Amino acid sequence: MDDLKAKYLTQIADAANEASLEDIRIAAVGKKGEVALKMRELGKMTPEERQVAGPALNALKDEINSAISAKKAALADAALDERLRSEWLDVTLPTRTQRRGTIHPISQVSEEVTAIFAEIGFSVAEGPRIDTDWYNFDALNIPGHHPARAEMDTFYMHRAEGDNRPPHVLRTHTSPVQIRSMEATGAPTRIICPGGVYRADYDQTHTPMFHQVEGLAIDKDISMANLKWVLEEFVKSYFEVDGVDLRFRASHFPFTEPSAEVDIRCSWEGGTLKVGEGDDWLEILGSGMVHPKVLEAGGIDPAEWQGFAFGMGIDRIAMLKYGVPDLRAFFDSDLRWLRHYGFAALDVPTLHGGLSR
Amino acid sequence: MKFTLSWLKQHLDTAASVDEITYALTDLGLEVEGVEDRGAKLADFTIGKVLSAEKHPDADRLRVCQVATDEGEKQIICGAPNAREGITVVVAKPGVYVPGIDTTIGVGKIRGIESFGMMASEREMELSDEHDGIIELPSGEVGDRFVDWLDENDPAKVDPVIEIAITPNRPDALGVRGIARDLAARGLGTMRPNPVPEVEGAFVSDITVSIDDDTLDGCPAFFGRLIRGVQNGPSPQWLQDRLRAIGLRPISFLVDVTNYFTYDLNRPLHVFDADKVAGNLRVHRAKGGEEIAALDEKTYTFQPGQMIISDDNGPESIAGIMGGAETGCTEETVNVFVESAYWDPIQIAYAGRALKINSDARYRFERGVDPAFTPVGLDHACAMILEHAGGTVSSMISAGAVPDTRRAYRLDAARVQSLVGMDIHESEQRQTLTALGFKLEGDMAHVPSWRPDVMGEADLVEEVARVASLTKLQGKPLPRLTPGVPKPVMTPIQRREQIARRTAAALGYNECVTYSFIDQASAKLFGGGDDATMLENPISSDMSHMRPALLPGLLQAAARNQARGFADLALFEVGPAFHGGEPGEQHLLVSGLLVGRTGPKDVHGASRPVDVYDVKADAEAILSAIGTPAKVQILRGAQDWWHPGRHGKICLGPKKVLGVFGELHPRVLEAMDVKGPAMAFTLWPAEVPLPRKAGANKGALDISDLQAVERDFAFVVDAEVEGLTLVNAAMGADKTLIEDVRIFDEFIGGSLGEGKKSLALTVRLQPKDATLKDADIEAVAQKVVDKVTKATGGSLRG
Repeated sequence: MDDLKAKYLTQIADAANEASLEDIRIAAVGKKGEVALKMRELGKMTPEERQVAGPALNALKDEINSAISAKKAALADAALDERLRSEWLDVTLPTRTQRRGTIHPISQVSEEVTAIFAEIGFSVAEGPRIDTDWYNFDALNIPGHHPARAEMDTFYMHRAEGDNRPPHVLRTHTSPVQIRSMEATGAPTRIICPGGVYRADYDQTHTPMFHQVEGLAIDKDISMANLKWVLEEFVKSYFEVDGVDLRFRASHFPFTEPSAEVDIRCSWEGGTLKVGEGDDWLEILGSGMVHPKVLEAGGIDPAEWQGFAFGMGIDRIAMLKYGVPDLRAFFDSDLRWLRHYGFAALDVPTLHGGLSR
Repeated sequence: MKFTLSWLKQHLDTAASVDEITYALTDLGLEVEGVEDRGAKLADFTIGKVLSAEKHPDADRLRVCQVATDEGEKQIICGAPNAREGITVVVAKPGVYVPGIDTTIGVGKIRGIESFGMMASEREMELSDEHDGIIELPSGEVGDRFVDWLDENDPAKVDPVIEIAITPNRPDALGVRGIARDLAARGLGTMRPNPVPEVEGAFVSDITVSIDDDTLDGCPAFFGRLIRGVQNGPSPQWLQDRLRAIGLRPISFLVDVTNYFTYDLNRPLHVFDADKVAGNLRVHRAKGGEEIAALDEKTYTFQPGQMIISDDNGPESIAGIMGGAETGCTEETVNVFVESAYWDPIQIAYAGRALKINSDARYRFERGVDPAFTPVGLDHACAMILEHAGGTVSSMISAGAVPDTRRAYRLDAARVQSLVGMDIHESEQRQTLTALGFKLEGDMAHVPSWRPDVMGEADLVEEVARVASLTKLQGKPLPRLTPGVPKPVMTPIQRREQIARRTAAALGYNECVTYSFIDQASAKLFGGGDDATMLENPISSDMSHMRPALLPGLLQAAARNQARGFADLALFEVGPAFHGGEPGEQHLLVSGLLVGRTGPKDVHGASRPVDVYDVKADAEAILSAIGTPAKVQILRGAQDWWHPGRHGKICLGPKKVLGVFGELHPRVLEAMDVKGPAMAFTLWPAEVPLPRKAGANKGALDISDLQAVERDFAFVVDAEVEGLTLVNAAMGADKTLIEDVRIFDEFIGGSLGEGKKSLALTVRLQPKDATLKDADIEAVAQKVVDKVTKATGGSLRG
């Protein structure tokens, strides 16, 4: 029996392929194989002999079978290795190109601003870009003769012959949205109004369309101190710094009283803006307590309610944060610019994950 | 508004430095735009005295001087002809920067002899062009700073010039005295008195003034005095210095006086050469068409209603805006009529705007000068003329009356604190207002006549706040309207806009933001360009009309990029388009544009020209992302800027269009200079219905463990039969069993013959109750064939 075992194990080890392995299997442990024939002989044996030979034959069969399986696996491995040796790709070749889309900085920054103000309790209001001169000016305490009205470089819509209404305007600020929002929801309120605005001005630093976000908070006892806190929190969060100095300078806007322009402490070392350090001051927004006449125009009783408003340029704060040098390029759609200054589709700004990466 | 420090100090008794003053000005709301401090660069020059001056042994023109300085006796070699013993000089010691020669002085040897500094000329310190010798001071103590000496003895030379921006509400700060008043209120000094001069009229003016009844609302008050026998000529040096320092050219004394009071006391004046005035002056309204040659050497034509000052010869002055050339003063003027009038701000603003004249007078009158000061200002000017140019003055003639602007508002100290959020004591509030010229009676604050901007209680708050300094404001948290975790703040449409934008970017499109206005020709190509959407005053003809769609802007962007050598473009924009010129006649759009190939050539051969199915896929992906139901119709017949045969409208019913995709019409591309073909889509996010159910529950998942079966069919149909017809017919064959029908092959012409095509469908059957048997499948298959052939008139392909 040992001969038998040695013979087949040798044959299995020497088998060159699966076919010869199968031949060996049939010759050894197949139905008519040598081991099977031996099994048949068991019947002729004495019980004592059978007790010895039976298990031995079974063991021999198992051993041959497992040797065949092992050899089969080894042969398959070898064959696979052989195939893989022939399968080689130049993985340095470029892939099929996939376009990479981008989000415009104005959209991205608008979302950042919205995320921050949502956190401190402001919702988002919107309004028409073409508006009446009442909403754009009169309701905001800018009467027809007011010098600010001429200084605003307003775009007017054409008036048909015989239509004697005052011409509509392209809104020069998002403030008319404040009036419309006050009319719609009354007080108390906390809103921001982001969106495109228009002024007839075009040079190095001005484009006839740009974007603003204004904020409005009205309640029983809101003060300029609350305004300062809101802006401090906003600036810290937006510029992603731990602390920032804000300087309120008295100023004048027809729609607020008192009014303040707000500067942030910054440094311009090496041409790069760093917010919160240095000795320079950068003017970033205008603000103030809502003028009683504006509250009245919005249908809110100024004897009962008070609040603040502020406004800043979205394009401008985008330029400051992301180092974009030229405002005009925002609207030029140069593919190189869109790719460089744009944001990935999944870079949704959130406060829990961070505004920028 | 520009002024000099010494000018300010004429009205303000202060020891404050320029830095302290400029800080306070900006903080008060008078924003400093620039400071030109000529003295600052001379800070290190000191006064010395030449103790001895010996000829240099090796140079004829040089002298070896021993000079007393603040650091003791120093030896200085000097080449100036006037360097001699006993004179008081200005010394730059080693280490001092000398601006006129752009050099920092060091210790040096000149022809073998050491020199420890330099004695300076005026030119070397950029004080003047004087360079004949070193400065010899008539006074001065050794060691004193030269700037301090200048400040004391020749202040004009180093008088710092401060320029501030004046907001429209502060006409009072358009005069130096008004600025001084603000600073005094802040505590930076005390106001010096400016007493009304005594001007005694020696005769009665033979020029009189009348104001037409219909003009009294525009010119409520007019005052004048005639001065005879003046001697005009150059102004005194101090006056010339001041005007020059603020950028005005001295002309002649009589003219300079009017400019001076314009800036000093915010009181514009006009002087007529009385000998050129024919008859009397009359303030009246223009009939229209009258002409005047004005002092700026231009001729203006009056429009009806504008105010004129005329004499018997006709218009002599554009009232409140600019005088006429005809009666202007010259060097030869001996008899002068001085005008001080009060003009209505609104009427001046409109007239100035219409005539397009920007003068100092208009600038001030339209912002509002002090009406009560009108006659007083006249006397200030007359007193100065009499003092410097001599002559005798008439009594004051007048027409109209100074308008009564008296008014008072309640100062509510608690409300001020509540609005500002600062603890400003009531006494401080009252003190501030008093310093600014308000008169307090109880809690009523009477507004000074020079503050036309103060029109209510809120304005008092502003005055108190800005003087108290908003810089001191400490932030206080703003409570939210609702406590706890904030609620979402975006509306469904705002979210849709965001999702559409980010989906488009994820699909590989670059977001553009283009102008809301475009040229009329482009607007017309996309159904716009009419008068309703036209701008009255566009900044150029390229931006004349509100855009009717986003595509023209994107196409222009594509053309610009193609010109830069970028041929493969995927651009999109999300924003408003305008279907009219009324507020609200705008609608939100999402548009995408594909031009060129899907990408650059690549080794895998995957790059191909973009086609309609690319934009269809992208449009569907975005619509799906913003919640469009799965079942939509694709119809034809969109607007004519689409290729007539290669576009589709994505609809929910024939009237509910959610979007259009397709190839753009070649004629549109040609007109817009875009190298085509170009594929595009436009979506109307607001048209997508809002989900009917509330809540986030997605509902139970209904799936079957039974194996699905797919069967393929090919049908031969007429070429213009649409695939969706086959799909819908097949879907209808068994609505419970058929889960999906997909077209996987299209074959046109060939052996099928002209006008025919074959479409191959895969129908997926999903049993729910029991495994499908062959007979079941056969039955459904037969129904599919029946339905499709019936719907299309085609046949199963053999």
